[in-house]
Formats: sequence, structure tokens, C-alpha cells
Amino acid sequence: MRAVCWHGVHDVGVEDVPEPSILNPRDAIVRVTATAICGSDLHLYDGYIPGMFRGDILGHEFMGEVVEIGRGISNLSVGDRVVVPFPISCGGCYFCEREMYSLCENSNPNAAVAEKLWGYSPAGLFGYSHMLGGYAGGQAEYVRVPFADVGPIKVPESLSDEQVLFLSDILPTGYMAAENCNIQEGDTIAVWGCGPVGLFSIKSALLLGAERVIAIDRFPERLRKARSIGAETVNYESSDVLSLLKEMTGGRGPDACIDAVGMEAHAHGPVGAYDRAKQVIRLSTGRPNVLRQAITACRKGGVVSVPGVYGGFIDKLPFGAVMNKAITIKSGQTHVQRYMRPLLERIERGDIDPSFVITHRLNLDDAPDAYEIFKNKEEDCVKVVLRP
Amino acid sequence: MVMETYGQSAVRPRRPEPWAHPAEASHEPHWHEEYAYEPSEHRWLDDQRLTQALGWFSIGIGLTELLAPRALGRAIGVGDHPAVFRMLGVRELVSGACLLSGRSPAVWAWSRVAGDAMDLTLLGAALRAPKAQAERIAVAGAVVLGAAALDVYAGQRLMRREISPPQVRVSEVVSINASPEELYTFWKKLDNLPRFMQHVQSVSRTNDRISHWVAKAPAGATIEWDAEIIDDQPNARLGWRTLPDSEIRHEGAVSFVRGAGGRGSIVHCELFYQPPVGRLGAALSSLLGEEPRKQINDDLRRLKQLIETGEVATTLGQPAGRRSLIGRVALGRRLQ
Repeated sequence: MRAVCWHGVHDVGVEDVPEPSILNPRDAIVRVTATAICGSDLHLYDGYIPGMFRGDILGHEFMGEVVEIGRGISNLSVGDRVVVPFPISCGGCYFCEREMYSLCENSNPNAAVAEKLWGYSPAGLFGYSHMLGGYAGGQAEYVRVPFADVGPIKVPESLSDEQVLFLSDILPTGYMAAENCNIQEGDTIAVWGCGPVGLFSIKSALLLGAERVIAIDRFPERLRKARSIGAETVNYESSDVLSLLKEMTGGRGPDACIDAVGMEAHAHGPVGAYDRAKQVIRLSTGRPNVLRQAITACRKGGVVSVPGVYGGFIDKLPFGAVMNKAITIKSGQTHVQRYMRPLLERIERGDIDPSFVITHRLNLDDAPDAYEIFKNKEEDCVKVVLRP
Repeated sequence: MVMETYGQSAVRPRRPEPWAHPAEASHEPHWHEEYAYEPSEHRWLDDQRLTQALGWFSIGIGLTELLAPRALGRAIGVGDHPAVFRMLGVRELVSGACLLSGRSPAVWAWSRVAGDAMDLTLLGAALRAPKAQAERIAVAGAVVLGAAALDVYAGQRLMRREISPPQVRVSEVVSINASPEELYTFWKKLDNLPRFMQHVQSVSRTNDRISHWVAKAPAGATIEWDAEIIDDQPNARLGWRTLPDSEIRHEGAVSFVRGAGGRGSIVHCELFYQPPVGRLGAALSSLLGEEPRKQINDDLRRLKQLIETGEVATTLGQPAGRRSLIGRVALGRRLQ
């Protein structure tokens, strides 16, 4: 079968690889009908997530048709059309029982490696480094799905692939980011990054009752999309974000701030150059400029919600502001399984049509070009969907 | 050799007895009581402290002798012999430094006994000198005798531990979403053990107390041993020990304690073993990825997966693109 393989930094290729097989009783094999490139795949592409090896199959946003099930699976049948969540979760451990699926204790076969870096290991993820399980990803014709009785959700034929595909990651991720803001009536939420997760955070914040959402980015197309779903926008290249946010919120600051950018934030001037230099020589594994801004901008007693991905260590974080302003920081890989059902219902009701983020529809074979286009935001790229 | 460590476990001088204080049958121990480890742990620390104390004592005296020989001579009433005191000072500094280095502390403790004898001889000679101050010399002699007694005690104690074989202790813990009863029953069924003990090929029952084990060894060989149950507290604890004529020798115990607030059980596994070919063997097996600490950690993780999910998470056998040589080596070993 064809699969998108990581070959090294800024080097992916479509290779012919063996088809996956059932390895455990609770596995299923899914024939992929649609898959997407995630912003977090760019962290792999740019080489900032440790534990990648040449030949690893990428992709954690995918859906398709069940073609084979293990003997431990009774809730799925061959032929079912499913969307698969990106965290692999067993359903039976302490964390799964408490619906913290992305913290599953049993799905990462290389948990010992993650423990060395983080103390304890989160769940295994599809196509996201050997530190997080080393599972072959879904940018392929077929994929093996472990614990298929816990993760995949059946989707009705009335909805298109493009409407439900993002239940796998970015829609729940944006939603959880907004939910973490503990939104009260009349709240103003600031969202850094108008990529797909940022856009879904904006949409979710409004659905959850935010009065205003202020979106921050620099790409006109992304800012336009943000405005189209109800956000006010700030272009950080042409304005001073902190003073503008202060002004826009009556001198108090946003009630909650969402960092939907993560470890590869852009910044201008000496701070940006300094972060970039430290990241290049691995003195720091992230460029946390957005996180710094979010903490500084946030009103006293507010929430900073971080769906953006960070891997290791970051530098010059204004923790004094966190402490003295009584800021709550909430983060985590998304507990996708917790949100799939209610969000599917919202899609069915027409509250949200996630397909509005898609700008590029390409064939799986075009993946190498697609990664470049997405990385460089060429052709106003916001979201790429690949079809095998 | 005494300071040498292996992983995070100290190389043990003496054979410890992890189950020296079994919980009473009627009393289910709270988890932290389980961590009240055996006295030999303190013993080992005491030995280390004793060695250090002797070392610094030597250095203190040595420096005094070297830097203030005349004042010292007058203080203990033997008169002005700076050259002799400086020589003695060098001797003290050498034995002090060697004690602090931690290498063969018993030898250096005994060397201090020899030094004490030399000091006493010199004091005796000084006593016979015409201008001797007998009282001061007597006090100095008493001090040296006291030090000599301590040195003899230390020499004996440190020597005892150097001649006993080194022991390695590993201890790992995991929380599992099941009751102590379920876990004890699962562990007692010998067929279950190879399902989560990666290196164990088979375990068969010889009789009520004794079982026969076959395990994979480095380089494709197998290794076999017989083990007997020496501590069996239903639903709480199992302790075992290999029979004396086994190829490899170890003792181990696993305990199952109910977690706080009904959160499953805490499984604690502890192993004391003599490395296959001494410490060199332990270092070598560590390099080859067969390190017992990691093995036990991995095995407990697999036990947890098996109990909580019914299977062991794996990626072995999944597809991948062309691997580099480094990738093949790394993925073939530690990672999947």
C-alpha cells in the first residue's frame, strides 16, 4: 500500500509499504478514505519532536471504512464508516475511566522513553514519534487501529467525509481549548493562531457563550476566515498585540487566552531571533512567544488555555505574571473520545460545519508538496485533506 | 568497590532479608508501611558514614602534624621533633585520603591500626626520654588507644562486608486497576507469568512450593532455575528464592496492597540477585539491554496492560517505510 513516510527533517515521501495486520485482539484495520495534515505534523516535519525514525508512517487525522476486526471487537463490523481519534486509549485504566483519554496508561509501548523526559507517559498517538508509541499513522491507504472498541466513532452516511473528518483531532482540540477557558456570560476570549485549531477554538468559544472573541494572526486568509465565523481580528505584524488587547478589553485584558500556536511561534525583532537561535542549537525546544504574550495579556484571575503543542523545555516564561495575577494554565493533548459524540451531534444539528477550514484537496501521492505548501502557508493554505 | 552502584541500586555487601518483618496475617498493611525497608539498608549507610568519619579524622590529625608539629609536640608532652611529626602527618593524610576514596576501606582501616601501633610505640619511647612529661603523654596514649579500638572495630566490620558476595537490589512499583485478590490469583497461576514476563519462556510446577523456570538469556541461549515459595500471604504477598544449585540465584517478593480510595492496587516487586558473572556481568547485561531493573519495570507494565486491557500494547509487526541502519538498530532493541 502507499503511505506517507518521514525521511528526515523537511523530507517526507510516499512509499510502497506492507499492509498492516491485526496484531492484538482489540485491533481493527481501517481503509482510509480521507486524512489530513495537522499543524502538529509540521513539528515532526521541522524536526522538533524527538523519537522520529526514517520510515515512520505519518498522520493522526483520518477516517475510513472498517475492513477487518480482531476477535475482541464486538461494537464494530466490517463495512462501518468510522472516524478515528488520534490518541490511542484502552478505556480501562485510571485515566480512561475518568475520561482523560489522552493520558491513557496502557497504550504507549515505549512509555519508559516518555517517562525519562516528562516523568510519566501520556497515551500513545498515531504517527507521532516513538516516544509516543511509534504507531504507524493514517496518511496511508490502510491503518491498524488498536483498542478499536474505545476510539473509533461510527458516522452517518448523511454527512460527508469533509464534515466529520476533523472529529479525529482539530475540532475536539479547538473545543477542549475553549471549554478549558471556563467561559462565563459576557467573557472576551483572545485566540492566538487562526490555523484550523484556532478557528475551531473561536467557533467553540462562541458556541460556549463567549461575548467576543479576538483572533490574532498575520495571514490575511486566516484572519478573513476568523472574521467570517464571528471573531474580531488583530494582525500582529502591523500592531502591538498587548496594548491593542488592553484597549479592546477596556483596560482589563481578555478573560481567557488560547495559545493555538505552540512551540514554533513567530516573533519579530531581537526576541524572535533569540528564541529561534536557542531552538536551533537545542538550548530550548520551543519558541514560546505566544505563550508569553498570552500570559502577559490575560486579565487577573483568568485562564491561559494551551492546545498548541510543546515538546520539551521553554525559556523566559513570565511565571511571575502567572503567580501574581493568579492565572490558571490548562493544557493537554485532547481527550478526543470525550468530545466526539457531542460534537458529532452538533455537526448533525448544523451548529457547526467543520469543512470550512479546508483550502486544499489533494491526492495522498501529493503529500510531499502538500507538506511544503502547508508549512510555508503558500496559496493561502489553511488545511490540507489528502485522499488515498 | 564499595561505592560502586548499579543503576540506582547500591551493590549490596550483605545478603538482605526483604521479608524479615512479614505483615501479620490479620492486618492488611497500608502501602507506606511496606516501605519500611530492612535494617541492612541502614547498616550499609552506617558503614559508609563510619568510613567517612575515619577518613576525615585521619586528615585532621595529619594536617595538624604536618602544619603545627612543634605545637603538637609540646601539647602532648613529647618535645620538639618536627621531622618525625611531619612523617606521621603524611602517613595520616594518605590513609585518610584512601579511606575517603572508598576503595577497599577495610584495608585502610587496618592500616590505621598499624599506624596506631606505631604511634603508641613512639609515645612509649618518648616516655623514657629524660625530660618526658608523663601525664601529658599518658593522655595522648589514651586517645590513641581509643582511636585504635575504633579502628579495629571498623576494620573487622568493613572486612566482613568485603568478603561477602555483592548483591544487587531492584525495586519497582505500579498501580493496577484491580483488587489485590484478583492480582494475587493471577500471579499464582504459573501459566500467566510468561504472558507478561518478557524473558521468561515457561514456568512449570514441580510441587506445592517449587517451580521450574526457563528464561531467554543474551545471545539466544536459555537459562533455567528452580524457585521455591518462601512467603505466601494470600491476596497480599508472595516471596520466592531460587534453590541453591540454580544457574542464577536470586530472591524476590511481590506484594499487592489496596490503593487509597479504592483505586485498584499497588503492586510492588523487589528482587535481590547476584549478577551472573559478578558485577562485570551486571554491567555487560545492562549494555545488552537485559538489565533487571528495566526488565521488572517493563514486566510490571505488561502485567498492568494485560489485567486492565486484556492485551499487551505493541507495534511489532506493523508496516514502515525504508529504515536507516540507526533506526533498525534502535527499533530492534529498546524501542518498538
